[in-house]
Amino acid sequence: MRYSGWQLLKQGLRGNAGWQPAWRTPVLQRSYDAIVVGGGGHGLAAAYYLARVHGLKRVAVLERGWIGGGNTGRNTTIVRSNYFFAESAAMYDFALRLYEGLSRELNYNIMLSQRGVLNLAHTEHDMELMTRSVNAMLLNGIDVELLDAKQVRDEVPLLNFSPSARFPIHGGFVQRRGGVARHDAVAWAYARGASDLGVDIIQNCDVTGWLREGSRIVGVETSLGRISAGVCAMSVAGHSGVMAEMAGFRLPITSYALQAMVSEPLKPILDTVVMSTATGMYVSQSDKGELVFGAGLDLYPSYAQRGNLPTGQAIVAAMLELFPAFRRLKMLRQWAGIVDVCWDYSPVIGPAPVEGLYLNCGWGTGGFKATPVGGWLLAHLMATGQHHALSAPFDLGRFTSGMLVDEAAGAGIAH
Amino acid sequence: MTGTRLGSGGRIDRGQVIPFRWGDTVLQGFAGDTLASALLANGVRVVGRSFKYHRPRGIFAAGVEEPNAIVDVRIGDRHDANARASLVTLQHGIVARPIAGWPSVTRDAFAALDLLQRFLPAGFYYKTFMRPSWSRYEANIRRMAGLGRASHQPDMRQFETRNIQIDVLVVGAGPAGLAAARAAAASGRSVMLVDENPDFGGSLLWQDGTIDDRPAADWAAATTAELAAQGVTLLPATTAFGYYDHNTLGLMERRATAAPGWALDRLWCVTAGKVVLATGSLERPLVFPHNDRPGVMSAAAVLRYLRQYAVLVGRSVVITTNNDSAYATAAALRLAGAEVAVADVRTAPGQAAKDATALGVSVIPGSVVTDTGGRLGVRWADIGPADATSKKAATRRVSCSIVACSGGWTPVVHLFSQSGGKLRWDAAASAFLPGIGRQDHQLSGGMNGVTSLAECLASGHRAGIAASGATMLAAPRAEPAAVETPLQPFWFVRIPGARQWLDLQNDVTVKDVGLAARENFQSVEHLKRYTTLGMATDQGKTSNVNGIAVMAELTGRGIAETGTTTFRPPYAPVSLGGLAGSRHGLLYSPRRELPAHGEHLALGADMREYGGWMRPACYPRLDETTAAAIRREASAVRADAGLFDGSSLGKIEVCGPDAAAFLNLMYYNNVENLKPGRLRYVLLLREAGTVYDDGVIARLAADRYLLSPSSSHTAGVLAMLEQWRQTEYPAMHVAFHDVTAAWATFVVCGPRVRDIMASLAAEIDLSDAALPHMALADGHVLGVPARIARVSFTGERSYEVSVPAGYGPALWRHLLAQGPTPYGIESLSVLRAEKGYILIGTDTDGLTMPADLDMSGPLRAKKVDFVGRRSLTTPDGVRADRRQFVGLLPQDPNFVPPVGTHAVDASRKSLGWITTSAYSPTVGRSIALAMISGGRARIGDVVELFDRGRVSQAKVCAPVFHDPAGEKLHG
Ligand SMILES: Cc1cc2nc3c(=O)[nH]c(=O)nc-3n(C[C@H](O)[C@H](O)[C@H](O)COP(=O)(O)OP(=O)(O)OC[C@H]3O[C@@H](n4cnc5c(N)ncnc54)[C@H](O)[C@@H]3O)c2cc1C
Repeated sequence: MRYSGWQLLKQGLRGNAGWQPAWRTPVLQRSYDAIVVGGGGHGLAAAYYLARVHGLKRVAVLERGWIGGGNTGRNTTIVRSNYFFAESAAMYDFALRLYEGLSRELNYNIMLSQRGVLNLAHTEHDMELMTRSVNAMLLNGIDVELLDAKQVRDEVPLLNFSPSARFPIHGGFVQRRGGVARHDAVAWAYARGASDLGVDIIQNCDVTGWLREGSRIVGVETSLGRISAGVCAMSVAGHSGVMAEMAGFRLPITSYALQAMVSEPLKPILDTVVMSTATGMYVSQSDKGELVFGAGLDLYPSYAQRGNLPTGQAIVAAMLELFPAFRRLKMLRQWAGIVDVCWDYSPVIGPAPVEGLYLNCGWGTGGFKATPVGGWLLAHLMATGQHHALSAPFDLGRFTSGMLVDEAAGAGIAH
Repeated sequence: MTGTRLGSGGRIDRGQVIPFRWGDTVLQGFAGDTLASALLANGVRVVGRSFKYHRPRGIFAAGVEEPNAIVDVRIGDRHDANARASLVTLQHGIVARPIAGWPSVTRDAFAALDLLQRFLPAGFYYKTFMRPSWSRYEANIRRMAGLGRASHQPDMRQFETRNIQIDVLVVGAGPAGLAAARAAAASGRSVMLVDENPDFGGSLLWQDGTIDDRPAADWAAATTAELAAQGVTLLPATTAFGYYDHNTLGLMERRATAAPGWALDRLWCVTAGKVVLATGSLERPLVFPHNDRPGVMSAAAVLRYLRQYAVLVGRSVVITTNNDSAYATAAALRLAGAEVAVADVRTAPGQAAKDATALGVSVIPGSVVTDTGGRLGVRWADIGPADATSKKAATRRVSCSIVACSGGWTPVVHLFSQSGGKLRWDAAASAFLPGIGRQDHQLSGGMNGVTSLAECLASGHRAGIAASGATMLAAPRAEPAAVETPLQPFWFVRIPGARQWLDLQNDVTVKDVGLAARENFQSVEHLKRYTTLGMATDQGKTSNVNGIAVMAELTGRGIAETGTTTFRPPYAPVSLGGLAGSRHGLLYSPRRELPAHGEHLALGADMREYGGWMRPACYPRLDETTAAAIRREASAVRADAGLFDGSSLGKIEVCGPDAAAFLNLMYYNNVENLKPGRLRYVLLLREAGTVYDDGVIARLAADRYLLSPSSSHTAGVLAMLEQWRQTEYPAMHVAFHDVTAAWATFVVCGPRVRDIMASLAAEIDLSDAALPHMALADGHVLGVPARIARVSFTGERSYEVSVPAGYGPALWRHLLAQGPTPYGIESLSVLRAEKGYILIGTDTDGLTMPADLDMSGPLRAKKVDFVGRRSLTTPDGVRADRRQFVGLLPQDPNFVPPVGTHAVDASRKSLGWITTSAYSPTVGRSIALAMISGGRARIGDVVELFDRGRVSQAKVCAPVFHDPAGEKLHG
């Protein structure tokens, strides 16, 4: 069923009784051509592209809870492609371009709001690093501009421009095509698109082990029984380490809790996404009016999807340092997701060390923006057995070859 | 007839009249009122508009669960854009206004949206606004959304935080909480009691009852006084908003007054030995058609307004209920003179109904309100059969101004759930009750499903004993509860098409849940996200259970199977300023000052922040530009002598029998063969083989070293050493001590340096034989203990003199009096760039390996393993096109290409970037340092430079522009 204003009118006149399920509740089959474990945005996107681009007919997404309930439904929804290295820029910009057409392609409004992402510089040294980054991005074909303090002030007058501010504002850089998108809608849109193409989306299906034939993985053991598959992939974010261990290998990934929070809804007060490396803070205002913000990780490995109070306080403090007017507002909700952080802050996409299994993980604190490309590249791997040019640099082998794509280093963070 | 104030009764002070503004009118209330009770007493019905359809909204509840009465409140220069009227204590100077409605809350032009409601079902925005793109629509939608209008004025009041530990923390001061605190206090342990209301007592303040032969409210007051006398920490008007791991709770106190310049909100971070949760329960609405009109209220709230605030919310009231508790409201209203009819969905309501009938209440068993009418507030209600399935069912129209409803009670399990506790659906109680918990707490009273006063007291008492071990007291007693007729679950009226609200603030109706079910958003989390049910500022306190129950029914599942959403902090919205608390400005991120900070200020230094330290960038004279000052200072160092404050340079002492072996495992260079009294320049790598830090290491004795990490890396280096010692080499005997702050260190350098050093009367042999370059010695200067090291970051003969920090200012003054030119970081940066000395984090980044810096000698020489070694020989480590550290001479000698400028190849691909650039007064032209792909092989070539579209040229050269042989070090 196509969605449109016209359809809303038609269904409204019929008491809204005619709407169809956004995705089917299928009968679970015992065997599939391809199985994607993890019904987050990445897993659903992979299934969609497997069906749409590669024409696979029998594809299943297995989700232990409800689709989109992992980091996909917990993130602060920032999308951007302002990365330092050419490899990253190419991949994230491909994602952004897919995002730009996604609402129409999937006939589902994912509310991509390209309101601009502004990064702040608080010292001259920050400005120098930004100059380096902006030049790198321009040479990579990414739309960024370096701004001086006055230009930043014109964009976001509410920032703390007081000379006595702890983090004075020297300038910044902006990517105008960056912005936010509605996270739940991205998951639902891919689910609907995939389901329409015949993909089975199985919720409440916990994958508890891998089926093997010799050294090859040939299916999964689940809370709903065994399911065999021609090819398997895992797209389980914070639980990647656990799934890898089930398959008998380890990943260079550490899982941490990352918190985010929202204020009570307000009339429009902040029109761009604002980020600051010095404080780690990022904030935007949702269409509903809530300020959505976060900052650093809870700095100890964890699988518990909840944050601690001191880190929560530090996040709030970081935002208020930059927006002193927000000290009067109230926090409405606080939560956390488990993020899968690689040594070099770049993802792992590629074949697993065991045959028959492909990996899509390590997106850490920043994989929402990559949802379309993560799905695209994983689908390509599963269908062809080969790397797409964009995913080759992100193969697991880089930890042996040393060819890291160290985006933290690119951003000048000594980590 | 709408709300009026009764002539007597209530916990208000009629002697203290408080005028307040509501929109354009001035109204009056009394001390003891909330803004909500005062508005009701003044007959105000419409206080807001709903989020989506802009339907008029009135006050529904009396506490934290209020979904509708979100208003803008200013008191002096304090402002709350989204205040909940039921939580605002009425006080002088309140200026309140509705946040919605144009031109006014009662005549809102956007109410027309309600006519389109059928075309705007749940999630309609996902199905349209796609062409040409969302951005075409977004601005307008954003303007329509949002609640209050935030102030743009910074709030610079100070917020206070208290961190404390307590033996027993009791949350909730109703009967159960008071009984628990009373029992625990008897144990002599430290006890804290918190409640979100300004008065302790909870429901005792407005419900009937006798405790230990006293009226319940009196017992509450007496018990509170006793607890205060026993030293229990009492925190009224304090919300326990979050329950975190390790029995840590966040409490936000809203004080009535605070010192000037201080905020009212105060955060308490409490770690408790035991926690007693006595958070009570909230009444849940009964859902019926058009249940969103102003005048539809929670039955318990109607009772509370009557008893606590002496406000009769209406003279003709229809009550609709599925349980006994609403009969207390019926009786109280009747006694206050109101006409009351009760539509009870139960066919045999039992004793409570009989008692009410005796008072003159008309009770209609087996019935429910099937519709309401009235444009800006209820004027009538239809009462029809509870099982009505069509609008045509036989109904009776009753004119009334209030419809009070009760659908049962929802235990406040929020904190329990946040703490990791699991919930279970209890069909008998018709509620989610605590299942098993994860933390050390006791559960009591309403939150644990207890309903009668007597049992609440008993369960609180037991919890207090269990949490403290005290057994001294007898439990407080109340009369046993009357036999109740069980609640009959009733989730909505089966009239198809009727609009029945679940979430009043966000306009989510039974139909929306039906749509979500139809479209497969059947998981409760999908339901919540798709319809926004429970996502308003009340976080679903009145709507969640009803919504889940409706979904369960529509999908033919049980409520237990349908499940509940996760409860997340905060329990109620809390102030962001309060949460950050004292973490503001320098207390959020301290800036460090040099021991001689004042001396630099006195010299007019341009102080800037470098890696957390405030340091002189340079010392500009009057009318001198920064650039001119830097040139003057740098030239003076080369020609005469300079003085530099190097106190921020890290100093970590490493000692122990395994110090040498441990450091040899950590550092890239060999440090084991370093002789005592000698220095060596070293690199510290990360596992990836990249340079984390550089610095000079000194051996003080066989088992003792002194490291000098870069100023901004000292903490990081210390953490890295500790991590390796603790996690990889726990058997090694070695300890670290950061002594940076203990020393003031000044660098004197330049051709005239020996004269200046002579003035120090050093009891240290400064001859080149005794103290050559890269050596150090301890002794005294000017009579104080000192350490002198010969190491140079300028390329000139150079001495680092360190004295205990307290002597720093005096030593600085002494040295300055000898005539050297003080120079700052920016001048130093020019001097070290001329020599090609790297600055970590500026010339290097997290990708730089030693060989990139042309420092592969130590790797060849060192035989043993060290951190990062494995990565130096990976394919990446030995790539030919790695970026290498080189110098650049811009073609235009007067053009200084900015740091961050890239070098590009013919196809405009980046070859690398400039890391440092300056005008060199020594060389008389612009110079730059850069990391360039395959750079050393390009020496002599001209490369193209790119900076945001501007292009220039530079010649690649070796990264040293001055004194390549290093003769001046010894000069
Ligand atoms: C607070 C926070 C803020 C963030 N902000 C941003 C941001 O602003 N921008 C950005 O780009 N990124 C952000 N991120 C990161 C981003 O959310 C993630 O990188 C991205 O959503 C990951 O998507 P995914 O589909 O890989 O994982 P998920 O959405 O987590 O999906 C993985 C799924 O796998 C399922 N699963 C796990 N184990 C099993 C099993 N054994 N069997 C079956 N299913 C299983 C899980 O239930 C889950 O649904 C943020 C993350 C967090 C936590």
